[in-house]
Amino acid sequence: MPTNLMWLIFLLPVASFVIVSALIKPFINNESKLPGYVTILAITGSFALSVWALVTVMSAEGHVIDVPAITWLNIGNLTISINMIMDSLTAVMLVVVTFVSLMVQIYSLGYLHRDPVNTVDTGFPRYYAWMSLFTASMLGLIIAGNLLMMFMFWEMVGLCSYLLIGFWFHKPAAANAAKKAFIVTRLGDFGFLAAILLIFANTHTFDTNALRDLAMTGVLAGNVLTWAAIGIFAGAAGKSAQFPLHVWLPDAMEGPTPVSALIHSATMVSAGVFLVARTFPLFVFSTQALTTVAIIGGFTAIFAASMGMVMNDIKRVLAYSTISQLGFMMLGLGASGLGIAHESNLTAEIIRGATAVGIFHLFTHAFFKSLLFLGSGSVNHASGTFDMRKMGGLGKAMPWTCITFVIGSLSLAGIWPLAGFWSKDEILAKAMENQPFLFVLALITVFMTAFYMFRAVFMTFSGEYKGGEVHEPHDAQEKASDHEEHNAHTTQPHESPAIMVLPLVLLSILAIVAGFWNITGAFSAFMGHETESKTIIQGLFGVFTENWLPIASLLVAISGIFMAYVMYSVKWLSPSKIADGFFKPLYILFSRKYYMDELYENIIVSKLLLGGLFKGFQKLDEQVIDGTVNGAGSGTRNSGNVLRKLQNGQLQFYGLFIGIGIVAIAVCLFIFG
Amino acid sequence: MDFTLLTPELTLLVTAIAVILLDLFISRKGFLTVVSLLGLAIATVFTFGLRDDLSQAAFSKMLAVDNFAFFFKLLFIGIAAMVIIASTDYVSKFKNFRGEYHALILIATLGMMLMAATTELITVYVSLEVASISLYALSGFLKDGKSSESAVKYMILGAVSSAVLLYGMALVFGVTGKTQIGEIAASIQLSGYSNLLDNPALIMGIVLLVAGFGFKIAAIPFQMWVPDVYEGAPTPVVGFLSVGSKAAGFAIIVRLFFTAFEFPESLSLDWGAIYAVLAIAGMIIGNASAIAQSNIKRLLGYSSIAQAGYLLVGLATLGIAPANEVIGRSSILFFLISYALANLGAFVAIIAISNKIESDEIKDYAGIGKRAPVLALCLTVCLISLIGMLPTAGFMAKFYIFNGAVQNGLLWLVIIAVLNSVISAFYYLRVVKAMWFNEPASLEKVPSSGALRFSLLITTLGVLFMGIVPNLLLTFAEWAARILRF
Repeated sequence: MPTNLMWLIFLLPVASFVIVSALIKPFINNESKLPGYVTILAITGSFALSVWALVTVMSAEGHVIDVPAITWLNIGNLTISINMIMDSLTAVMLVVVTFVSLMVQIYSLGYLHRDPVNTVDTGFPRYYAWMSLFTASMLGLIIAGNLLMMFMFWEMVGLCSYLLIGFWFHKPAAANAAKKAFIVTRLGDFGFLAAILLIFANTHTFDTNALRDLAMTGVLAGNVLTWAAIGIFAGAAGKSAQFPLHVWLPDAMEGPTPVSALIHSATMVSAGVFLVARTFPLFVFSTQALTTVAIIGGFTAIFAASMGMVMNDIKRVLAYSTISQLGFMMLGLGASGLGIAHESNLTAEIIRGATAVGIFHLFTHAFFKSLLFLGSGSVNHASGTFDMRKMGGLGKAMPWTCITFVIGSLSLAGIWPLAGFWSKDEILAKAMENQPFLFVLALITVFMTAFYMFRAVFMTFSGEYKGGEVHEPHDAQEKASDHEEHNAHTTQPHESPAIMVLPLVLLSILAIVAGFWNITGAFSAFMGHETESKTIIQGLFGVFTENWLPIASLLVAISGIFMAYVMYSVKWLSPSKIADGFFKPLYILFSRKYYMDELYENIIVSKLLLGGLFKGFQKLDEQVIDGTVNGAGSGTRNSGNVLRKLQNGQLQFYGLFIGIGIVAIAVCLFIFG
Repeated sequence: MDFTLLTPELTLLVTAIAVILLDLFISRKGFLTVVSLLGLAIATVFTFGLRDDLSQAAFSKMLAVDNFAFFFKLLFIGIAAMVIIASTDYVSKFKNFRGEYHALILIATLGMMLMAATTELITVYVSLEVASISLYALSGFLKDGKSSESAVKYMILGAVSSAVLLYGMALVFGVTGKTQIGEIAASIQLSGYSNLLDNPALIMGIVLLVAGFGFKIAAIPFQMWVPDVYEGAPTPVVGFLSVGSKAAGFAIIVRLFFTAFEFPESLSLDWGAIYAVLAIAGMIIGNASAIAQSNIKRLLGYSSIAQAGYLLVGLATLGIAPANEVIGRSSILFFLISYALANLGAFVAIIAISNKIESDEIKDYAGIGKRAPVLALCLTVCLISLIGMLPTAGFMAKFYIFNGAVQNGLLWLVIIAVLNSVISAFYYLRVVKAMWFNEPASLEKVPSSGALRFSLLITTLGVLFMGIVPNLLLTFAEWAARILRF
């Protein structure tokens, strides 16, 4: 594949952003679906090129292709270039992002036409312009070969997610969620920026390959390396919603559901995991950093899953599930990094290979999580609500949605032989080897995951239909979202149109088969240096004969599903009794989200920051800084007025000035020269 | 006498005469614009035709045909073309003499092109006057009170500065006995003055040269004509002289000082320091005065004084940097392209807006963003470039010029320059604020002609292009900075 074409993968969505925002929006009627077609066309092109790039990288020596850098700026001895990394990590991510984005764009054609808030303007051009930019930013982040470019695209991803979460900005909940997402992730970005500056101050380079070499030769080491890695991880934790910066993600579901699907699977949140994988050479040489990643990941996984078990809003269940699964990926990265940290003679391939575990889960997760979100949008399309207590019995009315949603849930729960099983199993294995305690937490998480997913499945699709949005919403926030998002409610639920079902079917196929890429070890071999070790049959069935772990995790998952079946389908156990009984304190703790929002908003923001620190700053600002600035400002202004008086229009005065000027220069020269 | 080396200049001369004659016979005056542009296009072709003959001395060492001159020829042709395109509507205001208007612009361009190429003091003076006198006439073209006043002021002060310049040249000639600038350099080096007071006449001559050229580039304190002329003269002409005349002034200063006075040690005069002081004065006084302006043309007048201040930082670097270091010259060239694009763009936008609302007052620009979004957007981009913010050409140009200064130990000067850039943001953004955030007086759309929109689009895209993909023009500027010395 010609390397010039690789840039097109990124440039096509940029072009569709420009076309939609600069040409279509001003000149073509807003109801037109043209922006959607343009965007879909551009992303289809990107996807095709990404697949081509993947095939090319697969056959390339060492799974890396050198792409010539473009010099952006060359002044004296300062050179800043735009360079691209095209290795197996890039190629896999490109395919995932372009494919999921393509599915989401197609689905949106059907979903968005009934934007109910603003019946005059569907916001079609605005939506597709931002979606294009969002995809382009994520693709830019993936191909970026230096930290400066990565940071730029990183921030653009953040900005686009802000715009899209707040797409229905007339809804206060959406506007607030957008702000929250922007501010919370910005806290992590501060760490990332600090890490970039720290790295540059010590190495004078931004280039990721150069940094990898510096870390491998031991030039970049010690505390600097640890702090740089932890700073980068802080950025990643913000974007990937890791504890304690996870609070923005559940609220982010206020955006249109296809946006959530994209944010939760292929873009935004996976950016954090990708960043850690891309800068993994910095982590590998610092056990402290790796341990931090593993612990935060493992803790986030179980922490978020526990909250997912009690949510009643189907999108919130999925949101906590995303946080939990991202924790899994971080755990996988940290644990497998610890696995190779003590080896001598590490090569670049071994280090990249170590990220395979986390990235493989990212890969499979992107398919089934976008499937689940799109499925929840389809359910909402039919019932007019996201509250699962008002659904039920939708399985009969919408068979396609039901089947695909169940496939996604099985995959997420980790049932053999679906995609989620394979990727989750590898993370568990790595955790067991390197972090036994975190392994126990992860195993509990597997149970919780299976439970909350099938709780959602049974509440939504089985039993009797409970009439959608007719019931009174139970709290103000949901009221707002139900009421405004879906006024076009019909009493009889029905299947969504084909344009929405098609992406569901395609994604569900991948949710089944995506895991097969690594049953022979092919994915790990592609990422790293190992070779394929097994045949397909050995991989597919032999997995249970090697050790007890896959069997155990499968049993745990099945017991989770069974538990959900018992409580929500056949109702041998009443959920409300459990919530009121022995588990009441836990139930309250989970459903109040561990009081994290209260901690942040009431204690940290209003008491500590607004009441304390900022008040102090305000005093300082009013009394010291304002005084100085006002003084300087009025001084400049006054001098401006004086100077204006000099400009009196008198010609002889002007001539005199020239004379004075010459004399002044000459006198100065002869005195000081 | 190889006249092929003069083909671009001769083309402009022929075109100018042709335009005047055609004016007598043709009733559709729009044709004059076409002919002028055609002449410029042919001149461009001839300029490129000389590319293989670069680096030679012509006409008994009176003119240089080198990269530096090539660069400025293209720049001036481009500026003239933009000004002529932007004038298409404006010229309908003139009852008569539309042929002369175009011819004068072409002749001024011819003068500027010669200014960038001359290597001899007499030719310097002649070419400078060719350009200046055309501009005096152009300033008075509206024939109303303000326009005539500005033309008279410009001419009288221009005459004073020419006298100063001639006096300086006479002193330099008196001391060295030469008018060819390479020979002046050789003569100075031969004498090897070890003390400043060894030859006060030469020093005084240099001071007078600085003052004389300072008038062209609007350096403090030789800038007093600027606000009055900017306010009174026809707007396209103001755009022309704010960009073309200034660039020509810098071209001649760079060539003259770099060649004739290239060895400050043998002069024992640090002329870089003079420019550093002028830079500070220009930036501070230009910016401080601009803040108090309510008329946008006057505001841009003071802004051009401040911009000249940033360019003078480059001249200070040139005086201090070793002769083989290209950054002092190339950064000035790069800044000139960036400034030409942004300032011309701003003037074109003002022509388009003011034509319709019939006011140059900033307060009347309220709500233009609603009435003419494209014009307002382009003007905003150009103003942002003049401030020097990303992602525009202005940022790169300032970064480049300041970077060169810092590398040559002028950090203190750069700190002052950066502080001034911050101050300048205030008055540029005030216009932006008025356009986008203030309530419009009426909601009537502001239409603009295709020609104006075309030239505005070119300049705005150029500003963005230079900011986003700077390397192409950076390389060109470095190539063009090679000055032939003989």
